[in-house]
Amino acid sequence: MEPAVAVNPWVAVAYLASGVLFILALRGLSSPATSRTGNRFGMIGMLIAVVTTLVTHFPMTQLALGPDQACFDNCSASPNWSLVGEIFVAIIIGGTIGFVTARKIQMTAMPQLVAAFHSLVGMAAVLVAIAAFLNPGAFGILGGDGNILTVSRIEMSLGAAIGAITFSGSVIAFAKLNGNMSGAPIILPARHVINLGTLAAILVLTGLFAASQHAGPGENNLFWVACALSFAIGFLLIIPIGGADMPVVVSMLNSYSGWAAAAMGFTLHNTAMIITGALVGSSGAILSYIMCRAMNRSFVSVIAGGFGAASSAGGEAKEQRPYKRGSAEDAAFLLKEAENVIIIPGYGMAVAQAQHVLREMADQLKAHGVNVKYAIHPVAGRMPGHMNVLLAEANVPYDEVFELEDINHEFAQCDVAFIIGANDVVNPAAKTDKSSPIYGMPVFDVEKAKTIMFIKRSMSGVGYSGVDNDVFYLDQTMMLLSDAKKMVEEINKALAD
Amino acid sequence: MDFISILSIFVLACFVGYYVVWSVTPALHTPLMSVTNAISSVIVVGALIASAAAGSSSSKWFGLVAVALASVNIFGGFAVTARMLAMYKKKERPAPKTPESGGAK
Repeated sequence: MEPAVAVNPWVAVAYLASGVLFILALRGLSSPATSRTGNRFGMIGMLIAVVTTLVTHFPMTQLALGPDQACFDNCSASPNWSLVGEIFVAIIIGGTIGFVTARKIQMTAMPQLVAAFHSLVGMAAVLVAIAAFLNPGAFGILGGDGNILTVSRIEMSLGAAIGAITFSGSVIAFAKLNGNMSGAPIILPARHVINLGTLAAILVLTGLFAASQHAGPGENNLFWVACALSFAIGFLLIIPIGGADMPVVVSMLNSYSGWAAAAMGFTLHNTAMIITGALVGSSGAILSYIMCRAMNRSFVSVIAGGFGAASSAGGEAKEQRPYKRGSAEDAAFLLKEAENVIIIPGYGMAVAQAQHVLREMADQLKAHGVNVKYAIHPVAGRMPGHMNVLLAEANVPYDEVFELEDINHEFAQCDVAFIIGANDVVNPAAKTDKSSPIYGMPVFDVEKAKTIMFIKRSMSGVGYSGVDNDVFYLDQTMMLLSDAKKMVEEINKALAD
Repeated sequence: MDFISILSIFVLACFVGYYVVWSVTPALHTPLMSVTNAISSVIVVGALIASAAAGSSSSKWFGLVAVALASVNIFGGFAVTARMLAMYKKKERPAPKTPESGGAK
């Protein structure tokens, strides 16, 4: 039987072109200036892939062939317009949901949206693998002996397994990020044994399925058992991981969705899918690595989970230490007199929706001749680069926004370090206190600044990791205790007077 | 295509991915995630093949559902990426000189 793909050399070229366009889409993201063109390349690549597939696999009504044989060039058949209609209905329904969601979603909810999208890719991969299992003839992976080709069995089992893990893992990540589920880790007894056992079982089942003599279309229940176990393991892997580690989890699931697409690309012998899968897989892996490095956690310790469960007990019974409290007027006066101001925003700023008033404050300061910069820690938001998007939404120019390693040396020349909604990322304990849970995490050297302004709701709450922060009690620190948005609004009023 | 040529494409693409992704500026890591999310929906190719194939009708329905799911991602992923990228603006150079720049949007 002819393989179902690459009947015409131009088809292979078209898929290759869409793969290359996807590479260019990512390449465009090297700077904001080229990024929009890159995104358009991505859309064109996707269009080419979809049109090529529709043209080469145009739905036909079978007239003279058996049920398991696909029809290509030389069999009598007529276009099956009702099936074409059904496909377009599916595209329109999905497309509308996607488009409307993308328009409406708040930028603070981006991590949840991305997790939800990952779950869809995972589910789609599982469904395609199931379809290939039930109807291998259509994918050109049916061997002469009536069994599915051995290598294809391995590829599609792996695709289904990774897809299922991506799906159930992303659903949990979504629920944790969206607040449908507590961010606290859920620790099962002997979870490492259960998880490793389940993973081993999936691999063994895949091996048995590959070696089986009974692997015709839809035959052999080992495939279904492996799928079910994969859904379970995705769930089990993510529930013990705490909310603070979700940026790593979302990046990791991004990677998995890519590997799932690549595995299905192997099954279908499709260049576009393989290239894309490899790109997305590497992208997610690199982002996970960057996030882990920014938190000084090893990838294994994040995946093993449990972080954030016990650490809050540490910082409780501490005596009240003296600190200086300032008013909005004091802050406004010092800010106006300053030459260089560095703003360090954290997720608390986004929660308080203070980014717009913060930008107004920066505008006023710039009008007074103050040099204003923003300093972003890699884990400032809830996913990689999240804080940059939130600032961009508030019309902060991207060339005023700097990454940790690019700006950290500037605190020594800085008059005011303005900390809003951040805490752990400015905690010097990460540099000095070996017993601290955040020890080794790269942090901003704010203590080198002449004045530190720290906006915080009250003195009682501590950061995400539950550690006290010595910066509160420094001589040059002015604590601005209030809701972030209200405080910045008051500073704005005082600046305007 | 034989398995080795497919594997070669895959391995080389992993290297391309590695270098391309490291060149992405950290400020655009969120759009990177949403766009990779959109392009990984190229899995729609498999879904379309399954939908369009004659033969097993259950396989056709699995395919159609997968087409719908992947379409959510394609349209949603590219649209939300475009929306985010449109927000990234450069500093307006003359703005810091004039005190009343509040009127300009």
